[in-house]
Amino acid sequence: MARIIVVTSGKGGVGKTTTSAAIAMGLAKAGYKTAVIDFDVGLRNLDLILGCERRVVYDFINVINGEASLSQALIRDKNCNLLYILPASQTRDKDALTLEGVGKVLDELSKEFQYIVCDSPAGIEKGANLALYFADDAFVVTNPEISSVRDSDRMLGILSSKSRRAERNEEPIKEYLLLTRYDAQRVKSGEMLGLDDVQEILSLELLGIIPESKSVLSASNAGVPVILDEKSEAGQAYSDVVARYLGEKRPHRFIDGKQSFLKRLFGGRS
Amino acid sequence: MSLLDYFRSSKPKTAPLAKERLQILVAHERTHRNQPSYLPQLQKELLEVIRKYVNVDQDAISVNFEQDENQETLELNIVLPDYHNANKELNN
Repeated sequence: MARIIVVTSGKGGVGKTTTSAAIAMGLAKAGYKTAVIDFDVGLRNLDLILGCERRVVYDFINVINGEASLSQALIRDKNCNLLYILPASQTRDKDALTLEGVGKVLDELSKEFQYIVCDSPAGIEKGANLALYFADDAFVVTNPEISSVRDSDRMLGILSSKSRRAERNEEPIKEYLLLTRYDAQRVKSGEMLGLDDVQEILSLELLGIIPESKSVLSASNAGVPVILDEKSEAGQAYSDVVARYLGEKRPHRFIDGKQSFLKRLFGGRS
Repeated sequence: MSLLDYFRSSKPKTAPLAKERLQILVAHERTHRNQPSYLPQLQKELLEVIRKYVNVDQDAISVNFEQDENQETLELNIVLPDYHNANKELNN
């Protein structure tokens, strides 16, 4: 049986796809057979972040409609042979996703994979609802920014009421916080909500803080998940996230943003 | 932070303001979170029935749903117009 993780946020542009790609790669690198599914039908992007956009033949909707088998649609990652990507359809709309169809695909994947990562679209409509419906764990991706925190709180309400676990009165989805695009310097100077501020409102188990980092854009430019950039702070932060999720105790980093005097002076971020 | 910023006087601290606004907003939104989705429709239909007998305004009727550990309470509050026995209230 696979463990199903949904990466969600409500708000767009906070780093859901970056996070999905990074943690799916992290889990696969740790030795777990992992599938990552793009639920953003009509606006697929996960394939770009993972650098497999030219290898997409069949997609999630084709599998749901029986036009292709799962093994035809799954794309094996070029960097790690335990990672598979199921891309979203670019030509269909979100109504092509059905509860029954998604359930069937997840059931079939569960037989073969240990982790299934569902990359949710923004918003609270069909695609987002289906991405979280079958989840066991939720990674709530939040920016230290007022609208993102509000949307995350709204998402927590939906996670606790509109999932399969909620409907069946089972143990609720385990919710984790990932605070992304965090700028410790700006927190220090009182310009940005800090970890404590966000936690006072959301109070979730913190999986990690991902610092604002230029390496995230470089990674998506190249189509390589940022977790593979071991020199970057964001890459290291995602490695910590995966390790913590798998039960390892690691102290949190990147909260106080220690920087060298020269970096402070000339304003660089790695 | 660049060289210029380093010598510039400190920027206004806006994060505490953001936090305060968020706390108020989130507390308010959470109270509405667990309300059943039929509430607006119920309110509309009740208003139609009441209007058959008494001429009341749209905002003269409020339906509140509250939930605690043991029970769920649906509170219905109707304010009748002044000329009709000043502010008679119905509660269930």
